Amino acid sequence: MDAAEIHRRLREKLGNAVLSEPTEDEWATIELQPASVAEACRYLKDDPELAFDCLSNLTAVDRKSDDLIDVYYHLFSYDHRHKITLRVSCPRLDPQLPTVSTVWPFGDWLEREAFDLMGVNFVGHGDLRRLLMPEDWVGHPLRKDFVEPEEYHGISTRRESLLKL
Amino acid sequence: MSLINTVPETVVTSTIDDVLNWTRKSSVWYMLFGLACCAIEMMQTGGPRSDLDRFGAVPRATPRVSDLIIVSGTLTLKMALRTKLLYEQMPDPKYAISMGSCANCGGLFQLAYSVCDGVDKVIPVDVYVPGCPPRPEALTEGLLKLQDKIQQERWLVRAPESATV
Repeated sequence: MDAAEIHRRLREKLGNAVLSEPTEDEWATIELQPASVAEACRYLKDDPELAFDCLSNLTAVDRKSDDLIDVYYHLFSYDHRHKITLRVSCPRLDPQLPTVSTVWPFGDWLEREAFDLMGVNFVGHGDLRRLLMPEDWVGHPLRKDFVEPEEYHGISTRRESLLKL
Repeated sequence: MSLINTVPETVVTSTIDDVLNWTRKSSVWYMLFGLACCAIEMMQTGGPRSDLDRFGAVPRATPRVSDLIIVSGTLTLKMALRTKLLYEQMPDPKYAISMGSCANCGGLFQLAYSVCDGVDKVIPVDVYVPGCPPRPEALTEGLLKLQDKIQQERWLVRAPESATV
C-alpha cells in the first residue's frame, strides 16, 4: 500500500487530526495532532490491511527556533512490506504525548530514551525512567539549550577543547 | 668469611622483598572490566594467541579476588561511579591499567556530555596503554610494565631517598 492510500485511510478514521496533505513521496510523513497519536497507532497496527506490526524507531527533534519538539514514529509492516512515518509537534516547554508502549511493547524503551535525552513526557507509560543517563542526572542533554553541569559527583566535566590548537 | 663456593649449586640467594614481589607479580589476577571496543582486544590478549596467562595473569569475574583492574573502553559518567565502587572492593595491594585512548583521556568522546575524560579522575592509574584500541601486544607490554613496577616495590625495607626508581 502506498503512502497516499495510508494517508487516506488514516484521515477517514481520524478526520481533522491528520494535519498534513497526502504526497506520493516514498518516505512520506503524516503529521498528526499530538493527542490522537496513540489512537492512530492502534488503528495502524490492528487494521489487517495496514498491519504496522513494527515500530522501527521513535525519535525526537528539538526545533528551538519554533518552540516545538517534533516526535517521529517510523512504522513498518512485515506482512505488507510498506512503511510510513508519523510526526507530531508538541510545545517545547511542556511536551506531552500519549504513550504507544501499549501498542508496541518495544516503544517502552524508545520512549524512555526520548524522555531521557529530550524530555518528552509520555503520558500513560507507567515506567518513564531515564534509560541512558544516570538516574540523578539533571536536564535533558539533547535539548539545544542544555547546559552541561560543571561536575558530576565530584568528577569535573570541564576539559580543554580538542578543537583548540 | 666469604660465602663464595660455600653453598651448593642448587641454592639461590635473594632478598625477601624480591621473592615476595616475584610471587606477587607472577599472579596478577585482573578483573574483567570491558567497557567498549577495547574489551575485544582485552579478550584477545587473554585468549590463546597472545595468552596473558603466560605471565600469571588470569581473568577474574569479581573484584574481591582481583589484583588488577584493566579499564578498557569509554568511561561514561554513569559508569565512573560504579568503577570507583568496584575498585574500592578490591583488596590491597591493587593496581589499575588504563587501556586505550578513551580510558586515558576520553579519546574521541572527550567533549561528549556523558563521558568522563580519563579514568584517572576516579581511581589511581599505574599504567597507561595508548592506542585506539591497543593491540594485544600493547596490553601485554602494559602488564609487563606493571610487573616491573611490582618488582621494584619495597615492603620490608624502606628504600633510601636516593634509591627511588
